[in-house]
Amino acid sequence: MSKFLIQGATGDFEVVIGLEVHAQVISNAKLFSGAATEFGAEPNAQVSLVDAAMPGMLPTINAECIRQAVRTGLALGAEINKFSVFDRKNYFYADLPQGYQISQFKHPIVGEGTITLDLGDGRSKDVGIERIHLEQDAGKSMHDQHPQYTYVDLNRSGVALMEIVSKPDMTSPEEAGAYLTKLRTILRYIGSCDGNMEQGSMRADVNVSVRRAGEPLGTRCEIKNVNSIRFVRQAIEYEAQRQVDIIEAGGKIDQETRLFDPGKGETRSMRSKEEAHDYRYFPDPDLLPIEFDEAFIDAARDSLPELPDEKKARFIEDLGLPDYNASVLVAEKESCDYFEDLIAALVKKTGKDAKAVGAKASNWVTGDLFGALNKAGKSVTESPVSAEQGADLLALIEDGTISGRIAKDVFEIMFDTSKDAGVIVEEKGLRQVSDTGEIEQIIDEVIAANPAQLEQYRAGKDKLIGFFVGQVMKATGGKANPGMVNKLLKPKLDG
Amino acid sequence: MSDLTKLSIAEARDLLKKGELSARELAEAHVAAVHAAESLNAYIAKTPEMALEMADKADARIKAGGQKGMTGIPVGIKDLFATKGVHTQACSHILDGFKPEYESTVSQKLWDDGAVMLGKLNMDEFAMGSSNETSYYGPVKNPWRAKGSNNDFVPGGSSGGSVASVAGYCAMGATASDTGGSIRQPAAFTGTFGIKPTYGRCSRYGMVAFASSLDQAGTITRDVRDGAIMLESISGFDTKDSTSVDIPVPNFEAALTGDIRGMKIGIPKEYHLDGMPAEIEALWQQGIEWMKAAGAEIVNISLPHTKYALPTYYIVAPAEASSNLARYDGVRYGLRELVEGGGLADMYEATRAAGFGDEVKRRIMIGTYVLSAGYYDAYYLKAQKVRQLISNDFKEAFGKVDAILTPTAPSAAFAFGEKSDDPIAMYLNDVFTVPASLAGIPGSSVPAGLDANGLPLGLQILGKAWDEETVFKVSGVLEEAAAFKAKPEEWWR
Repeated sequence: MSKFLIQGATGDFEVVIGLEVHAQVISNAKLFSGAATEFGAEPNAQVSLVDAAMPGMLPTINAECIRQAVRTGLALGAEINKFSVFDRKNYFYADLPQGYQISQFKHPIVGEGTITLDLGDGRSKDVGIERIHLEQDAGKSMHDQHPQYTYVDLNRSGVALMEIVSKPDMTSPEEAGAYLTKLRTILRYIGSCDGNMEQGSMRADVNVSVRRAGEPLGTRCEIKNVNSIRFVRQAIEYEAQRQVDIIEAGGKIDQETRLFDPGKGETRSMRSKEEAHDYRYFPDPDLLPIEFDEAFIDAARDSLPELPDEKKARFIEDLGLPDYNASVLVAEKESCDYFEDLIAALVKKTGKDAKAVGAKASNWVTGDLFGALNKAGKSVTESPVSAEQGADLLALIEDGTISGRIAKDVFEIMFDTSKDAGVIVEEKGLRQVSDTGEIEQIIDEVIAANPAQLEQYRAGKDKLIGFFVGQVMKATGGKANPGMVNKLLKPKLDG
Repeated sequence: MSDLTKLSIAEARDLLKKGELSARELAEAHVAAVHAAESLNAYIAKTPEMALEMADKADARIKAGGQKGMTGIPVGIKDLFATKGVHTQACSHILDGFKPEYESTVSQKLWDDGAVMLGKLNMDEFAMGSSNETSYYGPVKNPWRAKGSNNDFVPGGSSGGSVASVAGYCAMGATASDTGGSIRQPAAFTGTFGIKPTYGRCSRYGMVAFASSLDQAGTITRDVRDGAIMLESISGFDTKDSTSVDIPVPNFEAALTGDIRGMKIGIPKEYHLDGMPAEIEALWQQGIEWMKAAGAEIVNISLPHTKYALPTYYIVAPAEASSNLARYDGVRYGLRELVEGGGLADMYEATRAAGFGDEVKRRIMIGTYVLSAGYYDAYYLKAQKVRQLISNDFKEAFGKVDAILTPTAPSAAFAFGEKSDDPIAMYLNDVFTVPASLAGIPGSSVPAGLDANGLPLGLQILGKAWDEETVFKVSGVLEEAAAFKAKPEEWWR
């Protein structure tokens, strides 16, 4: 991929992008109250007295949210701050019951880290993480319930969010998309956020600026609350072009907050810098600073699973997977789980070394299986063919019971019926013919039936061997062992 | 028995134990006293039915052998403590009609010990004031009047209803809260004993917040022993308040040994103020003599940052208040003022304009200002640093002394309207109480004498963090030495 540039009338512009991702922490309860956090509950069904900011109510920290933030920091190779502070961010809004959001301003729980983006074709890029801090979510204002009034749902009020702030290290919509994809993968791997953007449990604020090559950073605009990776890409493309147009027309960019309208595919102004709130941050006197020791960090580290980058390296190194297959598999934790279950079962069934079957198995999972799942609109966890069943099928190829060609037919039936491969092979009589005498007899018949082709072959048209192989396979209904056919056919053709 | 409302908590406790008095009788006498004392305006909500019901339960409990220090004792609750199903409005218009679904930890602990609720007590709006004149429900009158005069005086504040109910014999004890002196100053103005324990000793859960880092619950009683009994009941760690501290609650009453021989009592030179009435200076000197006579050693100490305490307080407390009071917005409870054709901002403005009194508005504006971008470092951050220095002053002093003796307030009770138009004069009332609040250390006010007009004056005892026992011990000795027997004339009955 060449460098992403916006071609203006007066020259090329670079785009500079930074992302602030709000990721809802997976935990038993909200950040400062015992209320539940499930998505989709009746409005105001998951609201404690603390969440509704009743007089005299006090926040108390949910330790699980602290642990999850630390785990996330560790997964991003980030600095963990053993001392951090909750601050109040003061502003008025109907769905912000306290009149302030409890967040972390000066002393966040996690400092600098790194995410390595996979940009395809084995290319990668490191993007810096500036910080991660914990904060509480606001409620939701509903403006469409009554002609005159706004209704407020406080179910989300107080839900724990991690705000993961990147450095302005991205230079194209694709990189921003790859960043979000990778971040979501990591969060899902470690189980600190479910990454469901459509349910709002992960959202991004996108900072975009443009500049001519070599110039200092331009003025940025922040696009708030974008809720899909595709929209993030679209918003950046639109916003970068808008800024270039303004600059080329002799204007200057106003620092402002903007909203992305997915319907129109454009961004529009929400509030300017002058209208920006003065949040009057100060340490929340209701909460003590968060302090923990090395042992707490060690325990969090020990609870981390193998992370995608480590897993990919292991797949390539130990299982002999092609880079591409390894990348595809590690992108989703569920894909990895399926693949690893399949390999384990296959090794057990065939007695072969994992490295001997790894590449073939990965081809089958990323090719045949994912192709079929895609077509059926199913995720890997909904696969009608279990990892164990997949291993059965591949084992039948390995031990020569069926050919790869027949395996494709068997798989189709498995996918439709969830039947075991062995059963299908027996029922349909698809067992590969490996009996030398039987194959030789068919070869003789085929050669006898095609004298013209034989003559041409013997006159030097070597390629016609393929024709004969095809005929033999056809005559056996594809069941002849292709290796044996090749071996037996050539001496007979050569006479 | 004569007048049951004149009993101390300790006396009533012993009579209840011996079966010579029932909680029912005690409650009935107090319910009648509460009704008779209407003119004090101490109660803004009365709960006589609850009182009698709770008294009957207390009697059953005593009979079953489960009596605790506060079982069957009728008390009043300052309006900023949440009481389930009962008026809880911090005496602000903006909380009109608010009755919580929950109980504050402090009041719950009293009920758990079998205490009896008489009602909710008047206070300065959101505890912001030193005279009880900022209450939406009108000022409380001090039961004390000057000799030969029928003029009314303020009871002090913000716990004006708490002190008036106790001094006026319509509660045996009352909960109170102290942010900068709101327990100690009104106690001094009414001849009652007030104690503010160490910050973190009592849970703030269910206490309407004024300034979270300073607010601390405490008690008003007629004597030191009663204070020890009642404070023990409301103290203790609470998982629902992150700033409450998990350390054991001692038996405070057991600390009242009357023996302070060899104890070192600090006299801070910075508490001699220019223009302070001579009789306060004289009372303080008297207090020093009493301490010496009891065998304590007097040590002159310095708390060099004392002069910055009041300005520091009036930055930190309003800053926190401006944020704490943001939740009163008309959206979920209390007052809501809608503007015809208006939007959300109009509702906020109208609701808060109508709902908050002048003093509350003044502090919200001060607090908003000191936290604003560009001013934060100069005011709030600087104030926090000075607060640390003030705290260090005390730490250093307590390396040399066991307790500190000072006047509680720079004057006796004053007349209504005398200071209400001059915020600075009003704020100066807290000059001796604010430093201990900023440092989070325990402090009491002990009735110690009368001024020339016959109005009570108090002396303040300060102790190390978590050492309320020494505060009680020294307070007890001071109380005995002062032998404060004066009583207000019961004009309100």
